[in-house]
Amino acid sequence: MSALLQVRGVTMRFGGLVAVDDAALDVAPGTITGLIGPNGAGKTTLFTVIAGFQTANAGTVHFAGEDVTALPAHTRALRGIARTFQIVQPFAGLTVRENIAVGAFLRHPSRGEAMARATAVGEAVGLGPLLDRPAGALTVAGRKRLEMARALATEPRLLLLDEVLAGLNPSEIRDMLPVVRRIRDDGVTILMVEHVMQAVMSLCDTVHVIAQGRMIAHGTPAEIARDPKVVEAYLGHGAARRLAGGADA
Amino acid sequence: MRSSYLPIALAVAILAVLPLGTSSNTTLNFLSFALIVALAAQGWNILGGYGGQFSFGHAAFFGTGAYGMALLQVRFGINPWLALPLATLLGAAVGAAIGALSFRARLRGSYFALVTLAFAEVFRILANAWGFTGGAAGVLVPLRIEAANMQFADRATFYWLVLACVAAGLVLTQAMARARFGAWLVAVRENEEAARALGVDSLAVKLRAITLSSGITALAGGLYAQKFLYLDAGIAYGSWISVEALLAPIIGGLGTVFGPLVGALVLLGLGEATKIALGHALGGAVPGVDLVVFGVLLILCVAFAPRGLLGLGADVRRLLRRPV
Repeated sequence: MSALLQVRGVTMRFGGLVAVDDAALDVAPGTITGLIGPNGAGKTTLFTVIAGFQTANAGTVHFAGEDVTALPAHTRALRGIARTFQIVQPFAGLTVRENIAVGAFLRHPSRGEAMARATAVGEAVGLGPLLDRPAGALTVAGRKRLEMARALATEPRLLLLDEVLAGLNPSEIRDMLPVVRRIRDDGVTILMVEHVMQAVMSLCDTVHVIAQGRMIAHGTPAEIARDPKVVEAYLGHGAARRLAGGADA
Repeated sequence: MRSSYLPIALAVAILAVLPLGTSSNTTLNFLSFALIVALAAQGWNILGGYGGQFSFGHAAFFGTGAYGMALLQVRFGINPWLALPLATLLGAAVGAAIGALSFRARLRGSYFALVTLAFAEVFRILANAWGFTGGAAGVLVPLRIEAANMQFADRATFYWLVLACVAAGLVLTQAMARARFGAWLVAVRENEEAARALGVDSLAVKLRAITLSSGITALAGGLYAQKFLYLDAGIAYGSWISVEALLAPIIGGLGTVFGPLVGALVLLGLGEATKIALGHALGGAVPGVDLVVFGVLLILCVAFAPRGLLGLGADVRRLLRRPV
């Protein structure tokens, strides 16, 4: 099976700091793939490179078999890569529907169709009753949904979700999980950066782990949770052995 | 959907019958001038109001339109009816060039404002020095009153010509606001990063906006040249028009269809009324008093009506409708 997204040898430096070092990952079509790692590991940087918002110092990004490394962000969106922002970026002066319509206009140049499409997508992510409110008036949970709705309105093949669950309370997270799953079931492949482990465990088919800019592990969520390298990346050097020792005792 | 054009038809109809109520040349001159400023402001509003790119130098486009109109006639003997669209295109080309230079360099906010201001000043100094533009003496379009020469015996005729252009500007703005381009332009204003993530080519959108914007303002400049038949660098490229083109939409309502028109009429109307009133009270003209009025209006607007007079009107209507 060929991967929908193929990242090879991506290196991103900011001055002396190597944020992402020779990273590689594959995202298989129709899956939810997780990208996890401790704070500052380079997850969001890798995301911005995949979405085309930053140009990597080295490496390639292939999408659907084509090299998109040199394409700007808006062209990648047209090819079918959509992203959300970790720090939500609503068009505050517009209504929720108009926000989503900006995304829908990409494939529906006529206003009527774009607005109808925006309404449908808004309702699908649970923003139905709020469509005519100004986007600036939404709660954090509402804004996260709006981020997803806008990205979905571009009718992507690959959706990059950057911490859409961060800042939500447990019940809001519970409400959000089926929304993400339904997007996958509708045929959109998802790559998600996430800190909420409960969500990663329940949603993801495959998980990649990045720490200090390097990919250190990948596998199913269960395999990852047992991987000593991953445990050490989160809890510090020697933690895996101490945990294993504790279990023996 | 068609009904959204009804207010435009209504407003244009009201403005069209105004000359029938007066025979005073001063009033007609003032109304024509106010509508020319409104048209220049409509141009500014596309880029500044809808696109959020504040230009302090729309004089560069106004002046190019004005000089284009005058010089095409005087130096090349081109008929004004042809010269006007050519001058408009010339202004749009200058806008596209300035836009390409500054947007490619990723200038935003105050940096973009300062660069446009600098361009306008450079144009003013060049026009003042160059023999082709008549230098400091300016350029005079010969008086030859003929409809074929876009010079009319009745001042109302020229007023209606300007009004037709303003009406076209209103329709264009309304159509743009409802089209994909308008939605993308507003998205770029609100959040450029987020817009790019949704497939919006922000550079292309801004370039189209500045080209359209400068073309409309250049058209206003061309009409100005034909109305007054005289230009010099201080008039055509002077900062007065940059200021009025941006003040009118801010006072009327940024990024709205009617904002520039309402703003220009209120701004110039109050300025003129103050001039006349003070002139009577003090027995002589007080030069520059209209600028004081502009300043006061701007401060009042920023403090009490940040969405302009149209926004204020909408708020008041909502308050009145609310049951107590």
